[in-house]
Amino acid sequence: MLAACGLSSLEDLYKHVPENALIREPLKIPPGMSEYEITAYFRERAKKMAHGYASFLGAGVYAHYRPVLCDVIVQRGEFLTSYTPYQAEYAQGTLQAIFEFQTMICQLTGMEVANASMYDGSTAVAEAAMMAYRITGRSRFLVPANLHPEYRQVLDTAAHNARMQVATFPYDEDTGQADLAAMEQALDDDTACVILQSPNFFGLLEDTRAAAEIAHKRGALLVAAFTEAVSLGLLEPPREADIVAGELQSFAISPSYGGPFAGVIAAREKYIRQLPGRLAGETKDQDGNRAFCLTLSTREQHIRREKATSNICTNQALVALMATVFMSVYGKQGLRELALQNLAKAQYLAAGLERRFSGPFFNEFVVRPRRHAPGEALEKLLEKKILGGVALGRFYPELADSLLVCATEMNRREDIDALKEVLG
Amino acid sequence: MPKTLGKVRPHPTQNEPLLFELSSPGKQGYQLPPLDVPPADAAEALGAANVRREIEDFPEVSEVEVLRHFTRLSTWNYAIDLGMFPLGSCTMKYNPRINEAVARTEALAWAHPYQPEELSQGAMEIIATLEQYLAEIFGMAEVTLQPAAGAHGEYTGIMLIRAYLTAQGNPRKVVLVPDSAHGTNPATAVMAGYEVKTLASNDRGMVDPAAVAAAANEDVAALMITNPNTVGVFEEQIEEIAGILHAKGAQVYMDGANLNALVGVARPGDFGVDVLHANLHKTFSTPHGGGGPGAGAVGVKPHLAPFLPVPRLKRDGGLWRWDYDRPQTIGRVRAFYGNFGVMIRALAYILAHGGEGLRRATLDALLNANYVRARLEPHYQIAYPARSMHECVFSDARQEKLGVRTGDIAKRLLDYGFHPYTVSFPLIVHGAMMIEPTETEPKAELDAFCDVLIAIAKEVEENPELVKTAPHSTRVSRVDEVTAARKPKVRWTRQAG
Repeated sequence: MLAACGLSSLEDLYKHVPENALIREPLKIPPGMSEYEITAYFRERAKKMAHGYASFLGAGVYAHYRPVLCDVIVQRGEFLTSYTPYQAEYAQGTLQAIFEFQTMICQLTGMEVANASMYDGSTAVAEAAMMAYRITGRSRFLVPANLHPEYRQVLDTAAHNARMQVATFPYDEDTGQADLAAMEQALDDDTACVILQSPNFFGLLEDTRAAAEIAHKRGALLVAAFTEAVSLGLLEPPREADIVAGELQSFAISPSYGGPFAGVIAAREKYIRQLPGRLAGETKDQDGNRAFCLTLSTREQHIRREKATSNICTNQALVALMATVFMSVYGKQGLRELALQNLAKAQYLAAGLERRFSGPFFNEFVVRPRRHAPGEALEKLLEKKILGGVALGRFYPELADSLLVCATEMNRREDIDALKEVLG
Repeated sequence: MPKTLGKVRPHPTQNEPLLFELSSPGKQGYQLPPLDVPPADAAEALGAANVRREIEDFPEVSEVEVLRHFTRLSTWNYAIDLGMFPLGSCTMKYNPRINEAVARTEALAWAHPYQPEELSQGAMEIIATLEQYLAEIFGMAEVTLQPAAGAHGEYTGIMLIRAYLTAQGNPRKVVLVPDSAHGTNPATAVMAGYEVKTLASNDRGMVDPAAVAAAANEDVAALMITNPNTVGVFEEQIEEIAGILHAKGAQVYMDGANLNALVGVARPGDFGVDVLHANLHKTFSTPHGGGGPGAGAVGVKPHLAPFLPVPRLKRDGGLWRWDYDRPQTIGRVRAFYGNFGVMIRALAYILAHGGEGLRRATLDALLNANYVRARLEPHYQIAYPARSMHECVFSDARQEKLGVRTGDIAKRLLDYGFHPYTVSFPLIVHGAMMIEPTETEPKAELDAFCDVLIAIAKEVEENPELVKTAPHSTRVSRVDEVTAARKPKVRWTRQAG
């Protein structure tokens, strides 16, 4: 092969690279390992992780059962090792699956269009805010204090660099829900959107309809955010919102220490040209057969460059496929029954505990342990091999006496009882 | 109309409907265990107005139907598992299955990002080790793995530059982007609050130091340069270019999409780059998955490190800790710590190769690209005569004279069972055909691919219509993308009646 290239050694392949630019000594990375050694390497690291604990951690990342088919499908090489479906004739499988994904996201969220996925929920929310800016021409975003704190931080970073403002309004101290009167006061003529998460970071349902009405009166959009997608199996979707941005991790995606997950943005159809990211659309081939392709690419960076709606290129396609299989397996009845099981477990967990807020909750809520400080309660629970919840002091000084706890279909009654024993 | 050439359409019976068309009321594919706590009354617990009646038109299908549905769809895809995927700048290399296996290690895959640090040490060590190895490969002081993809890494990198320059007293206004750059570069610069100024490439397909010198002034924050660039050649004057920018107080950002040409051979940190991103789903073999997930590692020189996203890993009392106390940070770019599952796979790739193996893979990638170039050069017009690194870019100039464009040749490749090269990019090459074989391909696969492209060159001369109407043997014939964009239909809806 070298001879065919007119070269005599492998080093000739880069002899045109200036000598100064070449590496000076070999990479300080140990010699290669066999498969067996690599497996052992990660097994060793896994030993330094939580093993065999019952978990009541939620806060944006939820443990739900993953039907076996989900992993079977994403491990098919034709999905796993294929590229972004720019060559439609050679990627109809991926394209049809994305089209189905977009449809199911619309059905779940009550929106009319949905994109093919975003990196995760936090970046989807920031992108939804930028979308609201493009639609309204306004550059201020209004968010309640009960938006997921890390989502808020991502939004702050994005807004700061785009020279836009993020303003906060409080949650109601009793209900834990967004204080809509305060929101109304904080709205001004420069507000592009209000971002309302439901269930919110405290696990409580918000009145998206009322919030949308108030926002619309001032010409602002309502962006509805969600982190717990299973709730959409049971809850009335945010039909009055203009944009919905959320996280699909709950749909078969393992917590994986925080990623990869899959975010999504859905919206009213009239905003379709302002959506960031990829979209699959239905069309026909030359013979008149139904076919699918990526569409409205003139929104995107590879065509539009500096005028694109976003710089996003690679998204979370395979993870979104996993969520699509999950939605297909559970289907219309299953998703509802799954959500009902979550609700029942959380209700059972809450009975007799001191809830910090009175608003209705789905599968997580804020609790004030009666007999211990939160840190102490978590230590006691660790002794029982229970991950007891998230101490809220790290995000909310005023809630330093409280924990955020979550129960899903994965939590057994005896573990819930053990948790209640310490928190009660 | 029957298909041209009388070719038989494969899979004539497998016109798999949409899931919604398979659906019928009452079918189910799920199982849930019996509830071990009292059932909840949703209306009572949540308020009747908060409970939806149903998920309108959501599918109802059985388990075997789900399996067959997605399995059939999968067979309509092309994949690296089936053969060469010569997409330039996309680095479609083999995705080792050991990486998939270890990423599913239970205590790693099911780790919650908020579980105690004492019970997360294994995951933190994996991230720290990958950061260290990538810093070594990049020639950089520190690496963040928080960005979720390449473009997200670019965005992080440009925000780091903005924060650094702001700390110097002036964030500046302009980012220089060569006309050969990926579209993500200018889009990123705008998202990070900069104006874009485009630099014309010179007649060698490279960034011209004179053009940089003419554009560089106190308003310029950075140059975003891809090296090797998108025509697959090494920017030989990179150090001179970096010197010009640094003298004006500007920074050099490198898009590491093409890092597969450099690992173990040259380090961006050694040739004047201040910050770069690399795509773990390209150079480090994590699967592309039909469009993601990826991960965008960002490496920086010491002067940019204080600005990296929070949290950062820190060694403290024999344990790994997440450090949030970083007063100069740009903040967060993503919730939690990044695409950890992708990091596991990339680290497995690096461990498998070792330092010497990584260098060897790079040399193989260079050799494969140069071999393809040597075989195809008599038949297609090379875009620039400069030596190729890991990819080679041709122009369709010769074929265009016969009315056949790069997009047509790409579609004809489908008939021969190959995925096309990257079409019509970079924009500076007229009718670009951008080919990156990667180190994955054995000589037999390269020869098969070259034989096909040579055969197509002949077809263009003898029967251009055949190429212009391709593909003829794929599941669907040429897809009408114009109509799709004119009347967007991006979801299924139930037909009335």
